[in-house]
Amino acid sequence: MRLPDKKGHFGLFGGKFVPETLMPALDELTEAYASYKEDASFKKELTYYLKEYAGRPTPLYFAERLSLLLGNAKIYLKREDLCHTGAHKINNTLGQVLLAKRMQKKRVIAETGAGQHGVATATTAALLGIDCSIYMGEKDIARQEVNVFRMKLLGAEVIPVSSGSKTLKDAINETIRDWVTNVRHTYYVIGSVVGPHPYPVIVRDFQSVIGRETRRQILRKEGCLPDYLVACVGGGSNALGLFYPFLNDEVKMIGVEAAGSGVATNHHSATLSTGTTGVLQGTMSYLLQNSDGQIKEAHSIAPGLDYPGVGPEHSYLKESGRVQYVNATDKEALKAFKLLSEKEGIIPALESAHAVAQVCKMTSSLKNEEIVIINLSGRGDKDVDAVSRILRMKNEPPE
Amino acid sequence: MSRLNSLFARSRVAGRPALIPFITAGDPDIKTTRRLVLELEKRGADIIELGVPFSDPLADGPTIQASSKRALDNGTRMKVILQLVKNLRGETQIPLVLMSYYNPIYQYGLEKFSKDAVGAGVDGVIISDLPPEEAVDWKKAAAGFGLDTIFLAAPTSTEERIGTIIASSSGFIYYVSVTGITGARTALPSGVLSSLKRIKQKTKKPVVVGFGISTPEQVRRLSQWADGIIVGSALVRIIEKNIGKPTLISAAGDFMASLSSKAVGCRL
Repeated sequence: MRLPDKKGHFGLFGGKFVPETLMPALDELTEAYASYKEDASFKKELTYYLKEYAGRPTPLYFAERLSLLLGNAKIYLKREDLCHTGAHKINNTLGQVLLAKRMQKKRVIAETGAGQHGVATATTAALLGIDCSIYMGEKDIARQEVNVFRMKLLGAEVIPVSSGSKTLKDAINETIRDWVTNVRHTYYVIGSVVGPHPYPVIVRDFQSVIGRETRRQILRKEGCLPDYLVACVGGGSNALGLFYPFLNDEVKMIGVEAAGSGVATNHHSATLSTGTTGVLQGTMSYLLQNSDGQIKEAHSIAPGLDYPGVGPEHSYLKESGRVQYVNATDKEALKAFKLLSEKEGIIPALESAHAVAQVCKMTSSLKNEEIVIINLSGRGDKDVDAVSRILRMKNEPPE
Repeated sequence: MSRLNSLFARSRVAGRPALIPFITAGDPDIKTTRRLVLELEKRGADIIELGVPFSDPLADGPTIQASSKRALDNGTRMKVILQLVKNLRGETQIPLVLMSYYNPIYQYGLEKFSKDAVGAGVDGVIISDLPPEEAVDWKKAAAGFGLDTIFLAAPTSTEERIGTIIASSSGFIYYVSVTGITGARTALPSGVLSSLKRIKQKTKKPVVVGFGISTPEQVRRLSQWADGIIVGSALVRIIEKNIGKPTLISAAGDFMASLSSKAVGCRL
């Protein structure tokens, strides 16, 4: 059966848990997306921008030195970090902002955690000439100054969010409040496979370009499908984008959540590994919450993973056993961040470093010549300041 | 007849709308909430809407967000709120309606919550982020225990959706007067009267209006058309301003009385 069902359910998960004011907008979006998805001129326009503007296809790079170092496996990196704006996020924003234009919306709004989705939305809005406001938690603004400046440079209004944990979760709440108020002319560009239906489907579909390319590329290079796909999971858009075109193949898939200071502490974002089912921000999914249903704060060194929920389809894929979900700590991610920089000359985003960390942990148990593809979802330029502060604090200069 | 139905029957005869103040349970503390309920009733409230605090109140403006946070910070949990209702039932028979987000109810357990809420003396439940489409399991649980579910209709709702909302609601229908979140506003949104009229033509169930209503004058203007009027943020703000002062209860009561004095109307 093709999922989700008509109401947007992936088994128990998904759905539309939103105030009534938004229900007609979600219905309108569902209809518009269904028609443009099959529309030749829409598809042509999106393909054009993905190629000429975002720089697709991105390379599938054989990380030879990393493979040699870790032994036993052939490790490939899907270089989403080479996309314009430095992460996979632009695949989705190009699709959604083009959709917003076709729907004749006058303004787009978005939330951002690390700033990557905010920058991608601001970039796309500048490209396509539409007003843009970005909500960002104050805590994230402090740790991602450069991205804040980039968004402003791109002509977007950046609105600080001071409620709750002052991170991604609260930025989403505030964006939804804006949307409820301005729904008639404003389009909400959600940045991950989260939120009410049809967003998890729309974002998955736009990000699936990653998996479709990867499939073609690995078949060309190796003549066979990979043994493993590995990607980090916050909301889970880069992971689902890579996994989705392989779901019916015999390929093992591993999603890596942020274990922060460790899953036994209260400082982590390992929603699928340790959470329970509930409803947050429009969807039924795994959540970090207490027994009263109040949402807990998530923690990760990677701001893009710092979210107490996760996409409903990931919850479904966990329940069905199709995808295995594991986690990596801040420390392991930092180590992987340095390792990839030193051995391959690629500075990964701290988010993507979690996927690299998982591969470091699993290679010893792999058979020779097994093929592992890591989704290198973003580049680490945005994290260099934060990492240098952390390393200095620990009195551990990079050299 | 349920407490809600008989209240609306009485106010229909009296030709005046039901006045429904909203306060967050546990703000500033649960003992004060008890005193507030009794005072508000004494000063003209017909139904009391008790907000269940939630960590992520995405349909609420800054006033109720802050109020929810105060309530959560002092340990207000669903169990505490149901216990409060139970205690209040020894003192008053005023209809009590809980307004919650879905997750606190879902975690409590739909059946268990319905049973405990009815057992405590709750009359109805409004769930801000649960549209009729997602409410199949909830409705089954609530209806099984005779608990009313009030769904919300919005200015953006299509005719078809309004029909579904009317059919799914029991107790009353909650018309959200503004395209937006909760919070006091200086002016009534244009079109609210005609929208109310339009919905009322479709149903005999009581239609109550809320969101953004903050002054006696606004209450007066709505009185002709609405079966009930909800005032939330304006009251919560008065409570917020009086936290820690001996005037808290009387200030809330005085405001209630000023609203009540205008809730008169030549009902059409």
